[in-house]
Amino acid sequence: MSRYTIALVVNNQSGVLSKIAGLFTRRGYNIDSLSVGTLDSEFLSRMTIVFNGDENTLEQVKKQLNKLIDVIKVVDLSKDLSISRELVLIKVDTNSNNKRDIIDIVDTFRAKIISYNKKSIIIELTGDKPKIDAFTSVLSSYGVKELTRTGSVGLLR
Amino acid sequence: MKVAEAIIKFLESENVKTIFGYPGGAVLPLYKSLKTSTINHILVRHEQAAIHAASGYALNTNKVGVCLATSGPGATNLITGIANAYMDSIPVVIITGQVNTNIIGYDSFQEADIIGATEPFTKYNFLVKNENEIGKIFKEAFHIANTGRKGPVLIDIPTDIQNKIVEYNYPETIDILGYKPTFNGNKNQIKKAYEKICKSEKPLLCIGNGILSSNARKELQDFISLTEIPVVHTLLGKGALDEKDPHYIGMIGSHGHKFANNLIEKSDLLIIIGMSISNRTTANFSTNEKSIIHIDIDPAEVGKNLVSNIPIIGDAKNILKELSNYKYNSAYENWINIINFEKENNNIYLGKNKIIDLKLAAITDKLGDNAVFIADVGNNQICAAHNIKMYKNRKFFTSGRLGTMGFSLPASIGSQASDITNEIVVIIGDGGFQMVMNELITLYENNLNVKIILMDDNSLGMVRDLQKNRYDETFSTNFKSNPDFHKICSANNVKYFNLNSLKDTEEFINYNSLCLGRINQRDDFYE
Ligand SMILES: Cc1ncc(C[n+]2csc(CCOP(=O)(O)OP(=O)(O)O)c2C)c(N)n1
Ligand SMILES: [Mg+2]
Repeated sequence: MSRYTIALVVNNQSGVLSKIAGLFTRRGYNIDSLSVGTLDSEFLSRMTIVFNGDENTLEQVKKQLNKLIDVIKVVDLSKDLSISRELVLIKVDTNSNNKRDIIDIVDTFRAKIISYNKKSIIIELTGDKPKIDAFTSVLSSYGVKELTRTGSVGLLR
Repeated sequence: MKVAEAIIKFLESENVKTIFGYPGGAVLPLYKSLKTSTINHILVRHEQAAIHAASGYALNTNKVGVCLATSGPGATNLITGIANAYMDSIPVVIITGQVNTNIIGYDSFQEADIIGATEPFTKYNFLVKNENEIGKIFKEAFHIANTGRKGPVLIDIPTDIQNKIVEYNYPETIDILGYKPTFNGNKNQIKKAYEKICKSEKPLLCIGNGILSSNARKELQDFISLTEIPVVHTLLGKGALDEKDPHYIGMIGSHGHKFANNLIEKSDLLIIIGMSISNRTTANFSTNEKSIIHIDIDPAEVGKNLVSNIPIIGDAKNILKELSNYKYNSAYENWINIINFEKENNNIYLGKNKIIDLKLAAITDKLGDNAVFIADVGNNQICAAHNIKMYKNRKFFTSGRLGTMGFSLPASIGSQASDITNEIVVIIGDGGFQMVMNELITLYENNLNVKIILMDDNSLGMVRDLQKNRYDETFSTNFKSNPDFHKICSANNVKYFNLNSLKDTEEFINYNSLCLGRINQRDDFYE
């Protein structure tokens, strides 16, 4: 099993997301993450989908997606030539003992503190999946209160 | 003009002669417009028959079949037939009524999310939200249904939209950003295929539905006359090649000829054209260690269940023509010896029943060279596939990939309505018949001349046999009581014949109007 990332350009209209999600469900492929946003043209959206499988799954996913009339383009981002990023927001409980450590970690990862008060801070980080994984695991010992991650978005170089 | 009127005009522009439907509150505007149109509307007795009839119309003409049903239960009654059309790649456009736009999503009376429900087995579906898009939607629907890998397209139209006033506008051209099916095969791949064929000593053509769907019977015939390559086919490929042709071998698959499946294993090159490679197709052979040329209009079929050396995406007709531009010098003596040996020694198939086989063969041999045979599902279907010979222009339709009991009789409504000069023959079991015998009256009411061969074994034969094989016992597959089929026929003005009697059988064959002949499989014949 490997992780694959594909990007789709799709018609921006109701029902399209469920068509794509339905295709994955029906054929037993599991979506790891999915993110959607509109493109320049209000009629089109771009989706990035990350899923697990083998080479065959990847081939079938691409072919089946291409078959959907609302899918205009399928780009395989699994290659080395692609760049992908996700974003995480983390709320951490703070006190006088741990504040300094946390700020050091934030600096090391070049993350950003976007909210700060007596009891907690909220940190923002963008990066590829390994970086985000590393960051969240380091912070986990400091009492992470809440965490939210976007799916991955990607482009070919 | 009203949207409902425009829609009927679109259908006329698409040259639709007959549609099949069942009315209800949500499609009343459409029915009002239909009344004054040139389009013939056949009122079926259950919506499932409307979609099967539209499929029968499409199969017989290679044009789009159209059916119409109301919202909610009308639409959901179509579902089996839509799934059937999807699995067998039949071009149909399905029009359903929907509740008024402003009450969609409120669980309104007779509201059902037919768009969501049919999403997995329509090629595409539209919910009409803006009346000004109606022309574009119909144009695209007909185009999508009958190009590329064909299939069903559903258009769901709220009642209020049907009543809106629009300017009549049916676009001439189509440009769908996400839909550009490949038609021409890649020249390089075709050349590679040619070279591969030249090297092969034991080539075998495997053909399916795609030949019929792309209207490529002639091109296939030309190609095999040129190359001398022997041919096997799937259930849905029956009728693609004249069975008197010396290159014709037989049917593959779980219920195919043993020799045909064996020959797949013994060949060194398979040329697969437009057929499903499903678990039922490949049940009895392996394709390991051989070269495979795979021709299909649907790129997703290639490599899905079978890895091929030379895939060619495109229209079968076109690719066969291209392949026929090359010169071949084919001498397959050794291969032909193997084939003849197999044919002689392994002429069996699952479910073979000598007496019934002879019976059905004897009756159907006497029918015309242009006859269209529509087989239902079950033992009757397998018996029909093995014993009805496809000569000249004969056609054979059946529900292949979904295996939908009760397909044949409703489909015959559409096939016959599409061309009343055809001789249409239905082969159906007593189980399937009881699912759809309400449509006898539809045939009668519309003067549709169909011959029905009812194969009555007082049971769900195919499933009973499965139970016997797997569990050594049967349950709930033998009917405790079947209706009096003679009376059913009389009640519906259908002439009845007892095909166990020689005299009746002859009369049945020559009878030129709606009739049913029953083979009582429990009794002796010709008593
Ligand atoms: C709608 C539907 N329900 C159930 C089945 C499962 N099934 C396959 S063959 C068969 C028996 C059909 O009986 P009959 O129509 O009498 O044909 P026979 O096999 O006896 O010739 C059944 C129940 C099916 N294919 N389709
Ligand atoms: Mg039966």
